Amino acid sequence: MNASHTPRIDVMRSQLGRARGLGSAKTGVDHWWLERMSAVALVPLSGWFVLQVLRLAGAEQQDVVEWGGKPANASMLLALMVLTFYHMQLGLQVIIDDYVHGKAHLPASLLLKGAALLIGLFAVIAVLKLALAPSTKAGA
Amino acid sequence: MQDVRDALYIGHRSDGTLTRRPMSPHLQVYRFRLSMFLSIANRAAGVAAAAGSVLGVCWLNAASKGPESFKKVQKVTRNPLGKLALAGWTLALVYHFVAGLRHLAWDAGYRFEKKEINEDGPVAVGVTVGATLVLLASIFGVAACRSRKKKKAS
Repeated sequence: MNASHTPRIDVMRSQLGRARGLGSAKTGVDHWWLERMSAVALVPLSGWFVLQVLRLAGAEQQDVVEWGGKPANASMLLALMVLTFYHMQLGLQVIIDDYVHGKAHLPASLLLKGAALLIGLFAVIAVLKLALAPSTKAGA
Repeated sequence: MQDVRDALYIGHRSDGTLTRRPMSPHLQVYRFRLSMFLSIANRAAGVAAAAGSVLGVCWLNAASKGPESFKKVQKVTRNPLGKLALAGWTLALVYHFVAGLRHLAWDAGYRFEKKEINEDGPVAVGVTVGATLVLLASIFGVAACRSRKKKKAS
């Protein structure tokens, strides 16, 4: 800023009007709250996930199919997938809000939501396919 | 002054004349603090964890598709570079988990004093590094045992 430049206030606007224009957007608490709640739900799900990773480390495809065919595993995995990609979308949205300004903000947000939704759906379908595949054990 | 927001940058000097106040200073004027690194690292870890999760979904999809797709994925997970990526994903997930627990504690009103935050920072680093190493050693150890068993069986 030029030091010799003396600014003038020529916006005849009251302090209250200014505060109103710059104040709370009246939304955002639900976004913040859902981010925390999905995080809380992901704490036990992550613990379960670590145990399953230890069970499946180095596993072959038929081990994974057998594991995913159990309803308890499939339910936990579905909950994990849905909450992970929901939490991911909430978190990445905040990054977009922080760094993407102006006209690019809306398309960036929509792109993120679309991508998160599609990847989440893809994960859900993969889990369901594992869960609902005919049991390999029964016939053999 | 064109923009109403500029009004917030106008201040008074001690002699009463108006002055344009400086914008917030940039990163390089601050002394490095662990807490600032841990803060941005949590965000970076979240992004890395998300990217890794997409690869995790690919693994799941390959498993549901059939043995041949799964073999392709195994080429990645058994490659040294793939293992490095898995290690990086694990580190990101563990740190995001640890930092997330700290955030939940802060939101509930605990450990939010400056002194406490500075005490907890190195602990968070230690827990993250320790948990990541233990996890990776167990995962690769279990995987190695399993492949050895299979070789013996065949």
